[in-house]
Amino acid sequence: MKSNLKAWLYLLPAILFLGVFMVYPLIDVCVYSLEENYNFARQSFTGVGLENFRHVLSDPYFVQALKNTFLIVIITVPLSTGLSLLIALGLSSIRALKNLYQTVFFLPYVTNTLAVGLVFMILFRNTEYTKAMVNLLIEKFGGTGVDFIEGPYWAKMFVMCFYTIWVVMPFKILILTSALASVNQNYYQAARVDGASSARIFRKITLPMISPTVFYLVITGFIGAFKAYSDEVALFGTNLNAAGMNTIVGYVYDMLYGDSGGFPGYAAAAALILFAIVFTITYINLMMSRNKVQYI
Amino acid sequence: MKVVLENLTKRFPGRGKKDADVIAVNRFNFEIPDGQLIGLLGPSGCGKSTTLNLISGLETPTEGRILFGDQDVTALPPEERGVGLVFQNYALYPHMTVEENIVFPLENLRGEKRMSKEAMHQKAAEAAKLVQIDHLMERKPRELSGGQQQRVAIARALVKIPRVLLLDEPLSNLDARLRLQTREELRRIQRETGVTTIFVTHDQEEAMSISDLIVVMKDGILQQIGKPQEVYDEPVNLFVAQFLGTPQINVFEGEIRGGKVMIGKEAVLDAPGKREGEVWVAIRPEGFMPDPDGPFTCRMDRIEVMGRDVSVVSTHEKMTGRNIRSIISAEIPVDSRAETIRFRLRPNKVFLFDRESEARV
Repeated sequence: MKSNLKAWLYLLPAILFLGVFMVYPLIDVCVYSLEENYNFARQSFTGVGLENFRHVLSDPYFVQALKNTFLIVIITVPLSTGLSLLIALGLSSIRALKNLYQTVFFLPYVTNTLAVGLVFMILFRNTEYTKAMVNLLIEKFGGTGVDFIEGPYWAKMFVMCFYTIWVVMPFKILILTSALASVNQNYYQAARVDGASSARIFRKITLPMISPTVFYLVITGFIGAFKAYSDEVALFGTNLNAAGMNTIVGYVYDMLYGDSGGFPGYAAAAALILFAIVFTITYINLMMSRNKVQYI
Repeated sequence: MKVVLENLTKRFPGRGKKDADVIAVNRFNFEIPDGQLIGLLGPSGCGKSTTLNLISGLETPTEGRILFGDQDVTALPPEERGVGLVFQNYALYPHMTVEENIVFPLENLRGEKRMSKEAMHQKAAEAAKLVQIDHLMERKPRELSGGQQQRVAIARALVKIPRVLLLDEPLSNLDARLRLQTREELRRIQRETGVTTIFVTHDQEEAMSISDLIVVMKDGILQQIGKPQEVYDEPVNLFVAQFLGTPQINVFEGEIRGGKVMIGKEAVLDAPGKREGEVWVAIRPEGFMPDPDGPFTCRMDRIEVMGRDVSVVSTHEKMTGRNIRSIISAEIPVDSRAETIRFRLRPNKVFLFDRESEARV
């Protein structure tokens, strides 16, 4: 039993921290979500039930946030993964300037989100003094500009997705490049001798070989995109509801600390709804990939 | 399919600024007759794998031509050459079953060569039967032993009936017993299919035992090509003599004087009509015959019993190796406690090489 005690002793710091900062808050969130009309100041509530969930689901701001989040997920995850794969394939097949390109593609990853946000502002925001650079370009080619930051919904969503894809791609390119590099060249040589075309080699050899990595990127991509919030703030400011660009995490934050905040019950309910969505999607991903991913 | 290499040369750029190019294959000229099994033999780094890659098309030659029959294939990419290649590590696609691996080359066929699904599986089954793995078709490569993986690799290379079958160190990943078994198997498969087969090896015994012809290489240069026994019996230079045969041939500093081969002060053999001067005298282990009146005296070291034969280990002041190994029938009595042992030499087991050029004299 002594050795057992020692083991628990070693585990204690981790258990303590996880308990205080992970497990307890998680339980607390569940409790909050069921307490109706909870009041911070008085630490009181009027009843127990699903009223918080009912309220959140009928809140137009939440519905908007849900819609935005889903759009961002559905657009950015496949596009960023696909584009990253293309770029990684390109990077692994060139020799000249390879390092330069690798650095260029990796830059967004080490650049501060807010700095990137500023750059996007210059690209997409019309100010009193000048139009956005993209608009100047559009007009140069005879089109009519559009206000990407305060204009129509589709324009804002376009900038949002563009931004998200651009920010998440460096990491994916990095991971995919190393996955491609780890495939034994002999397989490609064997496939060439076996008479396979480049397209077939990619589909039949490369893709299965790197499928665990692609799968990892898709799963983490989904989860990351569902948790989007800071990028939205960087582009559209803190009042996301007004801009109509809020996300679920943003909604949770607003319910707690926003100008109209102070409703931990609503925040907790929204957070749990998000958890349920992410859980379901990840589960579906796992199910779908079971036969496609080759762990060698 | 006859394979002809004409003046084939492959240079790799040297690393760094000062380094000269590395010539992996240097002005190769030879012709491989149709339907033969060829062993490409040489020490590590002699360019034999590069030669194989040139024939497969994975590497392009710096100079020279490669012909399959009358067709110049030098400029053709590997997929259009119709070769089968078995890699040293087999390179079986790990995510495919054995059957999928074997069918893969057939699925790549386009145009009029394209087969129906049934025909492909029929062909794959035939190839699998040939190498006796037809009961393993549903397995993944990682579930197979090394020997089985190798058979799958051969089946995959053979399934589209290649014009030339190439094998890169096909037996080096197998254990000793399996290696013996597999090389006979290789011979059988080659006989049954009649495909011109070239295999690379650094193991001279492997090359000698199954090849119709062996090609000995060193530093990218072709040394000798011929039937195994011919090359063994008539090596053109010291390198070939030393590379073939186990135990290794024994080399002595000697000279030709007065029509005799001299090692030290002893005239060990007649050498009528040979140019006088210093030579290397190379004697095969089986060239020594114990004879109390023999002309060649060595200091006795020990005797190693091998069953059918014994190996007499002795030394001599003019030898170049660590010791002299001679193989003698176990029935001939040899006194291992004697100070010296005297030998008579079999003339056809003794080769003389020029001191400078190391070419046969």
